[in-house]
Amino acid sequence: MSSSALRAGGLYALALLIVAFALFPFAWAVISSLKTGAAIFDASPIPAEPNLRNYAAIFAEQPFGRTIVNSLIVGAGTVALSLVLGLGAAYALGRVAFRGRALLLMVILAVSMFPQVAVLSGMFELVTTLGLYDTHVALIVSYLIFTLPFTTWVLTTFMRDLPKELEEAALVDGASPWIIITRIFLPLMGPAIASTTLLAFLVAWNEFLFALTFTLTAQARTVPVAIALISGASQYEVPWGPLMAASVTVTLPMIALVLVFQRKIVSGLTAGAVKG
Amino acid sequence: MTAGTTAGRSSGAMSLTRRRTRAAWLFLAPTLAALAAVGLWPLSRTVWLSLTDARLGQTGLARFVGLDNYRLLIGDSEWWNAVWNTLVFAMGSVTIETVLGIVFALVMNARFRGQALVRAAILVPWAIPLVVSGKMWAWMYNDLYGVVNAALIGTGVISAPIAWLADADLAMAAIIATDVWKTTPFMALLILAALQMVPNDVYEAARLDGVSSVRVFFRITLPLIRPVLLVAVIFRTLDALRIFDLVYIMTSNSRQTATMSIFARRELVEFADVGYGSAASVLIFLIVGAVTLVYLRAARLRPDEAIT
Repeated sequence: MSSSALRAGGLYALALLIVAFALFPFAWAVISSLKTGAAIFDASPIPAEPNLRNYAAIFAEQPFGRTIVNSLIVGAGTVALSLVLGLGAAYALGRVAFRGRALLLMVILAVSMFPQVAVLSGMFELVTTLGLYDTHVALIVSYLIFTLPFTTWVLTTFMRDLPKELEEAALVDGASPWIIITRIFLPLMGPAIASTTLLAFLVAWNEFLFALTFTLTAQARTVPVAIALISGASQYEVPWGPLMAASVTVTLPMIALVLVFQRKIVSGLTAGAVKG
Repeated sequence: MTAGTTAGRSSGAMSLTRRRTRAAWLFLAPTLAALAAVGLWPLSRTVWLSLTDARLGQTGLARFVGLDNYRLLIGDSEWWNAVWNTLVFAMGSVTIETVLGIVFALVMNARFRGQALVRAAILVPWAIPLVVSGKMWAWMYNDLYGVVNAALIGTGVISAPIAWLADADLAMAAIIATDVWKTTPFMALLILAALQMVPNDVYEAARLDGVSSVRVFFRITLPLIRPVLLVAVIFRTLDALRIFDLVYIMTSNSRQTATMSIFARRELVEFADVGYGSAASVLIFLIVGAVTLVYLRAARLRPDEAIT
């Protein structure tokens, strides 16, 4: 065997190992979710009697559908609010040269570095004082602390690189900044909007600490909290089958989204760290 | 939203630059107000509450107690235990994730058939919510029915099942393994982006000179991707220092694995001791801030260089 063939073989073996490592836990969750009764306690990779009873159970016995709707509302609200605010800010930071711009960008970034728990008690107080405890609004507003900084950053970077002539022509025609943003820049910003939308939605869909602390009932409870609360009377009675079914249900759409938009996500993720 | 332009036109004397600057501040105002409301205001309230004896739900009745909470905290062995656990978690997970991230990125950077498949597969753990990841791994770690024990017993590595998440020495390692699975993709993608920016002729030249690939990696590749690597390590470290979800899901409030965030939230919410919990939160904020500064210093990066 030549050394290059050996090398290619090694590369494939390594690649296979990486794929297995990445996919096994989720695959195992899918397999477990198809087992019911005593089958769940048997660690065989092929379910003896695969069936969807666990999936039926989570929607029948728990208000799981309601939680998914809550998560969708919170996700959509977070995305919409971050985009509207972020677009305005990005115009100011990306297109207008004014003193203090670099400092503002740093301050905005610094907010996203706050440890979540450091704002927890202050945020809890704010949420209860405004009567927002156990509502969707409490989560949408509090999630801005994560989504607004990176939305502003990504949109600013993108808007800064749009050609100057576009805006100058509109300015000569007397267009207001709002018209310039919505009519001229927005149609060109598809990729940046798509990646920030996805990332902001993922953040809202996955967030746990605020959702756990600011919601109480199925009224506003989101998916991660609902899954965290699935438990038995003791650690020996955890309903693992339904738990895995719930996990797979909320994860499949995310995996689909991420795979469909993988290029946009990767460019959004790396925009901040790699020059260019 | 046309206030800036109309005002400018009527006054006439106002230059375009000044009008634009005014419009800029107008457009920035909502974002700055929102960040002040959800970031700076809660943070400053947390700092204030840490100096009081506030109880949950009655923060209006709080009495100023000076630095009492901090004094208690410094003598609290549970707090130091949480600090230690957090450091172990951060060092362990970030080190392994960086090394594995480089390996993954190098594999993905090589040209071979099925490369796209590897890149797609690696995104899967990243797409899975942290809470779900925690539950999935907790199930795999289950002492009686978990697949980890089944596999290890089946292959003869261990003879009796291990209670991974209940074992004092193994629980943290089990959590770190879960975090490595979940976060290595993020590292790998960042590093891959950096690798792809290394010009190909650099490698060509080295290959023609007969330099071994190990030497090429340490002498050429590593120095070139160093800035991105440092940024990735900084971001991951900051994340690791605030870890909450995974630990809460996998081992709840267990002493062996309780991190700083777990400690602070338990004091705040479960023990309703807002003053004490806020003091812990402020210390976390200071620790994370200090680590950021030290890193930026060590990396010789100016903050704005690190992120543009």
